[in-house]
Order: sequence, then structure tokens, then C-alpha cells
Amino acid sequence: MAFRSSTRWRFRQPSVIPGFGLALGVTLAWLTLIVLIPLSGLIWRSTSLGWSSFMSLVLDERTVNALTISFGTAFIAAVVNLFFGVVLAWVLVRYRFPGKRVIDAMVDLPFALPTAVAGIALTALYAPNGWIGSLLEPLGIKIAFTPAGIVVALVFVGLPFVVRTVQPVMEEIDKEVEEAAATLGANRFQTISRVLLPGLLPAGLTGFALAFARGVGEYGSVIFIAGNLPYVSEIAPLLIIIRLEEFNYPAATAIATVMLFLSFIMLLVINSIQAWSRRRYSNGA
Amino acid sequence: MEVRVQNIRKEFGRFPALDDVSLDIRSGELIALLGPSGSGKTTLLRLIAGLESPTDGTIFFGAEDASKKTVQQRNIGFVFQHYALFRHMTVLDNVSFGLKVRPSSRRPPAADIRRRALDLLELVQLSGLEKRYPAQLSGGQRQRVALARAMAVEPNVLLLDEPFGALDAQVRKELRKWLREIHDRTGHTTVFVTHDQEEALELADRVVVMSKGAIEQVGTPDDIYDHPVSPFVYGFIGQSNCIDVTLSSGEIWFEDRPIGLRAASEPDGVATLYFRPHDIELIDGCGGCLAGLVTASRRVAGTRHLEIDLGKAHPPVEIELPPERASSTDHTRVAFRPTKWTLFRKEGDVAAVSRQAEAPVSELARTGT
Repeated sequence: MAFRSSTRWRFRQPSVIPGFGLALGVTLAWLTLIVLIPLSGLIWRSTSLGWSSFMSLVLDERTVNALTISFGTAFIAAVVNLFFGVVLAWVLVRYRFPGKRVIDAMVDLPFALPTAVAGIALTALYAPNGWIGSLLEPLGIKIAFTPAGIVVALVFVGLPFVVRTVQPVMEEIDKEVEEAAATLGANRFQTISRVLLPGLLPAGLTGFALAFARGVGEYGSVIFIAGNLPYVSEIAPLLIIIRLEEFNYPAATAIATVMLFLSFIMLLVINSIQAWSRRRYSNGA
Repeated sequence: MEVRVQNIRKEFGRFPALDDVSLDIRSGELIALLGPSGSGKTTLLRLIAGLESPTDGTIFFGAEDASKKTVQQRNIGFVFQHYALFRHMTVLDNVSFGLKVRPSSRRPPAADIRRRALDLLELVQLSGLEKRYPAQLSGGQRQRVALARAMAVEPNVLLLDEPFGALDAQVRKELRKWLREIHDRTGHTTVFVTHDQEEALELADRVVVMSKGAIEQVGTPDDIYDHPVSPFVYGFIGQSNCIDVTLSSGEIWFEDRPIGLRAASEPDGVATLYFRPHDIELIDGCGGCLAGLVTASRRVAGTRHLEIDLGKAHPPVEIELPPERASSTDHTRVAFRPTKWTLFRKEGDVAAVSRQAEAPVSELARTGT
């Protein structure tokens, strides 16, 4: 580990499979075509705006609100997913019950389902006259057409990310570790909070980051349930579309650039935390 | 603390893993549970720990009935085969875990916990590694951390499940000696499970040989090796040969001739003769012996192993000789006679078993060599 920092542009270990140059070349070319050129085009367009007009577009109240709603709801949804995703993964890994395979398969449905379908279905359920919405309405709780509705939609689309990243790690947890904690006198709560959960932290963070990133970029399912009220429940991706339809390309580009920048920073931070915690206790035992 | 296991029975499904097992473990003793896989040794260990609950029977810790207590209440130290260290914790946190999770009324102050953990790490010779994570340690070091962690809670009894099973031979030997030293210094009552007879015989005060969910024999390593009470123990501990023999008026016959061994008090009939490869003597001129052609010869460390074909109907037997005596016998006919042997009757029931350490005839012959 110590020598890794001093090794540059080389194999970490000599390998029996040659082709480092080829592999890196193909990778970079592919990444450039698919990711870098579109994104740099975006940044190029926004730099042509000039700093002051860029800032005035970004600091526009409607834009700030949309960005806050997008990142805020994605964050809340990712937190909810982290919690329930871990519980769901636990149930799937630890218990055997009839219908387990079906539930296991259902977890992936949000991946496959067209997001618009999910959005419409959720709206129908949570609207004031829907099954769930009509139960909540007398209590004064409104879900659809509010930011809460956005959170519900994002929880739906983000669920598989946490479950699927945590599940394999959980499967690897040796039952002996729990037994060891018990023989040392730890009660169930202590075993879970001090032994099991910390071990799941890196995987949980990966799932959280993926769910969060997906939530920030989600469009299809949200626009149906959000109500899309400017300043209240309008998400940033929708605002970009609106600006495009107004042929206001500079504004669309500016919002997109800010989203790109914020997402990149947040993912970078989460990935660093994760790499740090993984470095500490990877490689078994 | 002394541990008494009384008439324990454990079934998994309908399969009995342990059937009516009783065992007294003395205070401060280092005792080995030895047996092939599936013999129930690990199940017995886990029952003592409280990780399994018995179908029937009782376990006492001292005068106290421990069977109704949970794992947490039993206050035992358990070392797992694959260590089961908490990998997100440093070595120091691993060792102090057992003390840190105690309810605040019984928990020592943080400084004391730290001091105790550091003392234990010194005991297991890991001083200076307390800030490492388990992933940064070698297998032997991890096993020592696991032991220190188990000892930190001042356990009533220390239970080790195949403690050296996952280590390579060299480290194993070192740790074995070291565990014996630790035991002699700390005096914890210790039970360990192993399938390695050498480990059990070298390390333990007493060895419990188990087979098919029952205890075959309990005794000191000398007892177990020199006086096995059943064909299973004879076959499982050390090397042994067995040949079918006939008893006739106190003489032991192999096929159509007497082999020069006497079992005077035994009734006539068929039996099986067990002897160890090194408990034999070569004889010149056979007036009552086992004889056959050497079919294979291997040098193993300080001795030479000869495989001898006693006749088509019998599996070959193996004898061990000093290399200088064996070299002249290659691919020739050798005559030999067991110096220590045991007869077991086919019925296998205890009353029918005859044990003979040495017969008078062979005693005489032995002094001659």
C-alpha cells in the first residue's frame, strides 16, 4: 500500500495478461466519446456566457429553489433508502420464507420499469383521491403535488441501489462474528450497532451515493407526482427542460453546469469516505 | 472453574449429533476434544458455550446449572477457527470489546479497560500492534488477537474451536507451544477441539476421543496412545496395523500357524490383533512369527517404513525400523513379531475385549534384542 503512491503509469503488479496500453487507450477513448465530450461541450457553452451573466442566471431565485429541491429531496430519499434498503437486504439474506425469490426479484423492478409508468402509478396512489392519498387527506397530509411526493418517487427509483450493494457484503458476514460478539457478552442491540452495521458502512455508502445520484438526475417519475409548482415542487431537471422550450439555452446550460458541479463534488466526497473506510478493513479476516 | 457435562443429547433434525455424552472437566485443566469430522466434538464445544442448546441433559459450571443461561450470561471465552475478529476495529478495540459492552454498573473505567487490553496484548506477544486492523495481521497474529479478546472477559472457561486449523504447519507448532505456556501462566480451564491427534497429544492434559456422537475414551495422552480401549481409538490415534487372528488354547494363530504370542486367559475364537508399526522386532529364523515379502519401503524422517505382504487375503501391514536395520531387508522376506499388541473381539462389546500390553513370550524375545 505504501508504495502505491510512488508508482505512476504502471501495473500495480506485473501481470500475466499484457495490454495495459491497449486497455487504457480504449478506455480513455470510450470515456471521451461517451462522457467527456458531451460534458465538456456543456461547460464550454456555459463559459461563453461570461461570469456575471452566468452568476445571475444561477442565482435566480427559481433556479436556486429548483436546485435546493432536487438535491434536498434526493438526499432525503437516499437516507430513507439507506435505512430500508439495509433492512430489506437483511431480511433477504438472513431469513428463509415462502415468496422470498419473488421479493428478491421485485427489488429490481424499479430498474426495469419505465420511470413515467412509476410516476403515474405513484401519482394515482398518492393523489388526494387515490388509495393512499384519500386515507392521508383527512389527517391533513398531502403527498402528491408536494416535495413529499418527489421524495416518494425518488425512494421508489433508488431502492434497488442500496439493496443490491449491501446484499452481497451482508452475505459474506460470517455468522461467527455475531457469535463472537455474543460470547463476549454483547446483547443483540450492541451486536448490531457495534459489530454488524459498521462492517456494512462502505457498501451502504456506495448504495447511498448511487441512490442519491440517481435521485438528483431523475426526471420521468418525478414530474408526474411533483405538481411542478415553481419555487415549491419544481425540480432542476424540469427547469432545464422548461428553459430549453423557451429557447433560453444560456439558462439551461447554466443550471446543468451547476448540477454537474454539485453532483461531482458530492460523489467525490462520498467515494473518498468509502475508499478510506474500505482501505482500513478490506482483505478479509 | 470446573465444568460438568451430564447426559447431553443433541439432535439436529432427527439426526443425533451427540448421544448421551457425559464429561467432567477439572478446574484449570487443558483438555482436548479429538475426533474425525462429524464426531460431534465441535457440537459439544458449542453446547458448553451456549451457542447451541441441548435436546436433553445438563451442563454445570461449578455447582451452577448453566444450561438455562444464555451465551452472554455464561461468561465464556470462545476462539473461533477463522478468528471472527471485528475487522472494522483496531486490535486494541477488538480485545477491549468484551469489557466495553458490559452494562455501566459492571464496566471498568475506560483507562482500566485500556490497560487490561494492553496487558493481554503483551501476554500474547503483540505489543505495538494495538493500532493495526485485523486485515493488516498475519494468520498467527490474528489467532493471538482472538485469544486475547476471549481472555479479556476473565472467562469461566476458555473454549477453542480448531484454534490452529487454518494456519500453516510451522506457525501451528509455534502457537501450540505458546498456547501451552499461556495456559500454564494464566490457569484458565481450557477446552479445545482438534482433529489433529499430534496437536491433542502434545498439548492437552487429557484427551477426549470422540466418534459418531459419543465419547470413546478419556485419558492422558499416554493412556490414549499406549492403552487404547477400542479398535476405533487404536486406529484413529497414531499408526496401527490390524490382522485377523484365531485363538486356540491360549495361543494366537495367524492363518495356519501360531505367531508366538500368548493370550492365556482368552477363550478360543476369532479376534483382531492390533499393533503399532514401531512396536515390533525382527526375528531370524521363524519358529512362530508373522512373515511376508517386503513390497514397498519408504524413508520417513528417522525411520524406514516397510510394507509387508502377509498373503493375498490380507491387507499389507506396515512396520517401522531404524534405517540401518531395514536396508538389508529390501525386497526380501522378513519375519517379525509385535512386542506390544492388543486383541479385540469382533463383537466389539466391552466385556469381550481383551487388552494385553505385553505377552510373556514377546517379553522374553524383546529383552533379547
